[in-house]
Amino acid sequence: MDLTFSAEDLAFRDEVRTWLRANVPAEPLPSLETETGFAAHRQWEKTLHAAGFSVVSWPVEFGGRDVSLVQWLLFEEEYYAAGAPGRVGQNGIFLLAPTLFEHGTAEQRERFLPRMASGEDVWAQAWSEPEAGSDLAGIRSRARRVPGGWRLSGQKTWSSRAAFADWAFGLFRSDPDAERHRGLTYFLFPLDAAGVTVRPIGRIDGKPAFAEIFLNDVFVPDSDVLGEVGEGWRVAMSTTGSERGLSLRSPGRFLAAAQRLVESWNGAAQLQDRVVDAWIGASAYRLATFETVTKVLAGSPVGPESSMNKVFWSELDIALHEAAMDLLGPDAELTAGSPAAPDGGAWPDGYLFALAGPIYAGTNEIQRNVIAERVLGLPREPR
Amino acid sequence: MRFTRTTEQQDMAEALRALFDAGDGAAIARSWAAGDAAPWRRVWAQLGEMGLCGVAVPERFGGLGLGPVELVTCLEELGRAGLPGPCVESIAVVPALLADTAAAERWLPGIASGNAVGTATFTEHVPRALDADAADAVFQCDGERATVAERPDAVAQHSIDPARRLWTIESAGEPVPGAQVAEAFDLGALGCAAQLLGIGQRLLDMSTRYVQERHQFGRPVGRFQAVKHHLANVAVRLEFARPLVHGACLAEPRHRSRDISAAKIAASDAAYFAGRIALQVHGAIGYTAEHDLHLWSTKATALHAAWGTTTWHRRRVAAALAAGETAPVGA
Repeated sequence: MDLTFSAEDLAFRDEVRTWLRANVPAEPLPSLETETGFAAHRQWEKTLHAAGFSVVSWPVEFGGRDVSLVQWLLFEEEYYAAGAPGRVGQNGIFLLAPTLFEHGTAEQRERFLPRMASGEDVWAQAWSEPEAGSDLAGIRSRARRVPGGWRLSGQKTWSSRAAFADWAFGLFRSDPDAERHRGLTYFLFPLDAAGVTVRPIGRIDGKPAFAEIFLNDVFVPDSDVLGEVGEGWRVAMSTTGSERGLSLRSPGRFLAAAQRLVESWNGAAQLQDRVVDAWIGASAYRLATFETVTKVLAGSPVGPESSMNKVFWSELDIALHEAAMDLLGPDAELTAGSPAAPDGGAWPDGYLFALAGPIYAGTNEIQRNVIAERVLGLPREPR
Repeated sequence: MRFTRTTEQQDMAEALRALFDAGDGAAIARSWAAGDAAPWRRVWAQLGEMGLCGVAVPERFGGLGLGPVELVTCLEELGRAGLPGPCVESIAVVPALLADTAAAERWLPGIASGNAVGTATFTEHVPRALDADAADAVFQCDGERATVAERPDAVAQHSIDPARRLWTIESAGEPVPGAQVAEAFDLGALGCAAQLLGIGQRLLDMSTRYVQERHQFGRPVGRFQAVKHHLANVAVRLEFARPLVHGACLAEPRHRSRDISAAKIAASDAAYFAGRIALQVHGAIGYTAEHDLHLWSTKATALHAAWGTTTWHRRRVAAALAAGETAPVGA
C-alpha cells in the first residue's frame, strides 16, 4: 500500500501547475449557465485544448495526452486548486466519450471526439423525460424506423446546458412492444436539426442551466446510432457508471472547495467541527478514489460502488457549502454582481449547484437502493 | 501509487479471519466479561504463534517488525471478531511506547510471543487501564513520562461494554526513561480506529443478515426501502472511513497526528452509527443481552470515547488546519 507518485507523475503535475498558473483567467468567467458565460467557457475549452490539456486521459490521436488515471487525478487536483473555470464540455467529455470509446464505431469516434475535445461541439445529455427521471426504463420518446435511419419523436427534459449546446445524446424507445428497458436505442442528434425545439428552463436562481428538448419527427441517420439497436440500456449503463463514479466528480473539486472553506474559516471556534468534517470528507473521497483507481488499473471494473461515491460526494458538497454559507452569515445571500459579495458570489452559486447533486445522475434514494441490493445483497424492491 | 493492500497484507487479513471464523468471538467475549480468561488466552496464544502479537515489535525482540498498515490490518480483524482484551494496548501501544528504551528488552519479547500482555493508561484520554488484572505490565503515561508496574493496586470500574474490564490504578510504578508517550498515544488512537472499522463492518454484516431472515408483513424486512436506506447509509460511512485509516498509516511524519485524528473521527462515527442502526433494524431482540449484537454495539460506544473523543480529535485537526496544514490526509 503506498501513496507515492512516480517521477513521471510528479513531472506531469508540475507541467500542469506551471501552465495553469500562467493561463487561468485572473477574473472568474461569467457563469457558464448564461449565454455569455457559455461562450466564454467554450473559448476557455479551446485554450485548454490548444495547450493539450483538454482531455489529458484520451489517446493522442483524438487530442489527448494518453496519461494514466493517476495522472488524470493529479491533473484534476491542479485544475481545481488553480481556480480554473468549470468545464462546459464535461457532459460530452466525461459522460459520452467513455461510451463512444467503448461502443462507438471508428467513424463515430473520428467524427465526434476531436470536435468534443476542442470545444467546437458541446454536448448535452438527453436522458430524463417528464415521466422518466431516475427510472430510465420509463422512457417514452420513440424512434421509428425509416429508410436510412430513424425518426425521433417525444420530449426530453432537465438537459443540462442544452439551451446553448450543439449536440445531444439520449435513449429512445425503438421497439414499442418490448418491455421496460428492452427495446431502447442510444441516439446522437444535433440540437439544430429540423424538428428539434429547445426550451430553456430557469434553474432555481433563474439561470437557463437546463432545458426541455422537443423532438418532432427528427431524422437521424443510422450512422448516429451508438451501439446496437435495442441495446441502448446496456450502452447507457456504462455512461451512468462514469457519471456517478470517477469521472464527473473527481476529488480535485472537493479538495479545492474544502481548501477555500478552511481559508474562509480562518481558525475561529465558530463552525470548527463542520469545517473539519468537510475537510476530512474531501480527503476521504480522494483516498477512496485512489483505492478505486488501484482496482481499475489491476483490471477490476468499477461496479455498484459508484453509487456509494455518488451518495458521498453529493452530500459532502452540500455540507461543505452549507458550512461556508453559515460562515458568511448575512453576506451568504449576495450573488454574483453584488459589489459586496465575498468571492464574487462563488459560495452561493456553488451552494445552489450542490443542492442539485442528490437529485441528478440518479437520485440518492435510487443509489441507496442500488447499494442495498447490489453491494449488501438485500432482496429487490417489488417492481 | 498503489493504494490497496498488498498480497501479503491481504493474506494476513484472511488468515486472521479464518482463525476467528473457526472460533466463537461472542463466546470468548462473554467468558471474558464473566472473569474466565481461559478461552481468550487460547486465542491469544494462537495469535502469538502466528507472530501477530508482535506485528509491530522489531525483529530483534522477536517481532515481525512490520509497519502501521499491517498493524491496522490485524486490529481491524480483531475488532470484527469481537475479541476482548487489551489488544490495541499490547499490540500497538506498548511496542511504540518502548521502541527506544532499555525496557524494550525486558518486555517486548514476551509481548511479541503472546506470553506476556501489556496495557496502558494516558492521564487525559485513557484514564483507566483496560484489563489490568490480565496484564503482566501496566504502563502509566502522564505528559511525557511513563512508568511501569507489574501488579499495581487497582480498583475495578464497570464499562458500558461488559467485556471491557477497566481499572483505576492506585499505585505508582517504576519510571521508563525514554518512553515515546506521544507516539504511543497516536498509535493507540490509530489502532482503536482500525478496531472500530472492524466492529462497524461486523455490525453491518449482522444487520444485513438479520434483515433477510426476519419477516414482517409477509416479506423479509430487508426488502423495505426504509430499512435498505438505513443500511446503505452505514455502508457509505464505513466505505469512506476505511481509506482514512489506511491513509493515516502512510502519513508524512509532520501530518501524522492530524491524519490519525481524522481517521479516528471517521471510524468512530461510522462504527457508532453502525451500532445505532443495527439496533434499529434488529428491533427489540437487539436490545437484549441474549443476542450477540450488544457485544459489538456497546464496544463501539465505549471506543467512540476512548483514545480521545471525537470532539477532542476534531479540535486537534482544526488546530493543524488553522496552522496551514491543509494538505490532504496521507499526503
